Amino acid sequence: MGNMTLVYYKMFILDELAEKKTAIHRINPVIKLAVTLAYLLLVVSYGKYDISGLIPLFLYPVIILTVGDISLGPLLVGLAIAAPLVIGVGVFNPFLDRTIVFTVQGMDITAGMLSFISLLIKCVLTVTAALLLLATTGMNRIAAALRRLHVPQIFIMQLLLTYRYISVLMGEASRMYNAYTLRAPNQKGISRNVWGSLIGLLLLRTYDRAIRLYQAMKLRGFGNQYYGVSIDKLNKIDIIYLFAWTAFFLTAKFINISTLLGLLVTGVIK
Amino acid sequence: MHMADALITPLVGGAMYIAAAKVGTDSINKIKDDMDETKVPMMGVMGAFVFAVQMINFTIPGTGSSGHLGGGMLLAAVLGPYAGFLTMAAVLIIQALFFADGGLLALGCNIFNLGFYTCFIAYPLIYKRVLKKGCSTVRITWAAMLASIVGLQLGAFSVVVQTMLSGKLELPFTSFLLMMQSIHLAIGIVEGMITAAVISFIWKARPELVESAGAAEPGGSKSSLKRILLPLLIATLLIGGILSWYASGNPDGLEWSLYNSTGQEELEQTGELHKKLSDIQNKLAILPDYSFKAGIEAPEQAGTSTSGIVGSVITLLLTVSVGIIIKAFTRKTAKNNT
Repeated sequence: MGNMTLVYYKMFILDELAEKKTAIHRINPVIKLAVTLAYLLLVVSYGKYDISGLIPLFLYPVIILTVGDISLGPLLVGLAIAAPLVIGVGVFNPFLDRTIVFTVQGMDITAGMLSFISLLIKCVLTVTAALLLLATTGMNRIAAALRRLHVPQIFIMQLLLTYRYISVLMGEASRMYNAYTLRAPNQKGISRNVWGSLIGLLLLRTYDRAIRLYQAMKLRGFGNQYYGVSIDKLNKIDIIYLFAWTAFFLTAKFINISTLLGLLVTGVIK
Repeated sequence: MHMADALITPLVGGAMYIAAAKVGTDSINKIKDDMDETKVPMMGVMGAFVFAVQMINFTIPGTGSSGHLGGGMLLAAVLGPYAGFLTMAAVLIIQALFFADGGLLALGCNIFNLGFYTCFIAYPLIYKRVLKKGCSTVRITWAAMLASIVGLQLGAFSVVVQTMLSGKLELPFTSFLLMMQSIHLAIGIVEGMITAAVISFIWKARPELVESAGAAEPGGSKSSLKRILLPLLIATLLIGGILSWYASGNPDGLEWSLYNSTGQEELEQTGELHKKLSDIQNKLAILPDYSFKAGIEAPEQAGTSTSGIVGSVITLLLTVSVGIIIKAFTRKTAKNNT
């Protein structure tokens, strides 16, 4: 459990990174959300065995990462969380699809291997794109962007509250867990006879906390309006950003840039 | 572990987004109508509670291993189906954004799989039915166990269907299904036990919380039909789960189904037509594909010619160099500015 806490706290670094002031951070969050979603759609629309076509798409995370001054650490942690599931199911591909596609240095490359590698690349690209969105925008601005897109206020309020209170409740759960394990040192996890009371107590405390929270909000004038950061209107740079990436995505989808470059190079060599 | 983007196609992802959004908007409207304003902070804080609780490891008696709680049923039991669904949705959104637990495109799928079946099928059809005649520890245990198992089985089945429709995995339908159903039966039992324990505790401490939740009935359908379908549904899911457990424990059965679903005859039959169709589609499709198997191309098209490989390496090197250059440039400007 200590491990998980560390992981969760590391991930909150992403929201800290969102406070930086680079060029990427200044771009309108609605635009960034749109570009990220377009990128995700693009990546998953590639064919099952396509590898060379996906490679140019690495440009997007690389540019966001470098211009946005995001460190690799949190991204790798995120990948470490997301990867096991995809690897776990995808690893069957090379075993189930044994059609040999070509042979290199005496080693047979099967279609299953290709589809597995393609899957891995897609996993890396999609996960980093999502994490980079958060690292350059932050929860508050994403919520504001969703509000602009007419997501109901109730839901946004609830989303932000959940986000705000995660650290509070994790702290409380952590304290309860520590208290328990300190009194039961040889046990792994919580034994069955206290499942109900431990979690139940946490839930009841949470419930009461929520009522106090609501009363505090009401006393300070909470009335179901939108209380959050405001986003500026779109400016020239936002539009250029949008069009530049759209153009790149379309080009990458229709032309296999890797093959093109390869042909150029091999042609020159000849 | 929730579904990742890499496993689905835009079509499946998009369709599930629409489904999840529809259920979400309905829930929001329902909450607005009988607006108990305390609900909103309650939903928010309960969402955080789910996060906290998911970190705790429960030792499963008799197995020596540990598991942890999902939370859907617990939310529905305390908040009611509508608020429970929205809370689950918020939790999943944050998990997808912050922890990359589940892709952004697959968010619709995850919200639907983990929220809809627990809050709108397992909760009203099973949990509430069992507790209609009043609460007691035994009843609560039964209600929570059955509802959790059914909810998880339906969710797992949903995942299999969505993955298969997307065609990104080589796993044959039957084997994947067996694997998923059996694993989630075990998880469902554990979750049921934990949920039952928690709800029993709360019921003894604060009975009004358990008995008053979900005062709004989600949709009134014909009760006679429910009476027949419901036991059938439960029986099918339980038997299916148990059977798949035994089946997947038997290696011969799995090998047999594997061999039969990836035999040569199948590949040849669908090869030509699919190749031509997906050729055309992949060239034209910018927006989500409008065919289920659009992602699949024949292996020969994998771009494995020499120029393809050389080009890929070059592109990769170029991309990395772009990154290094930008990094050096920003570092220089930062140094100049300080």
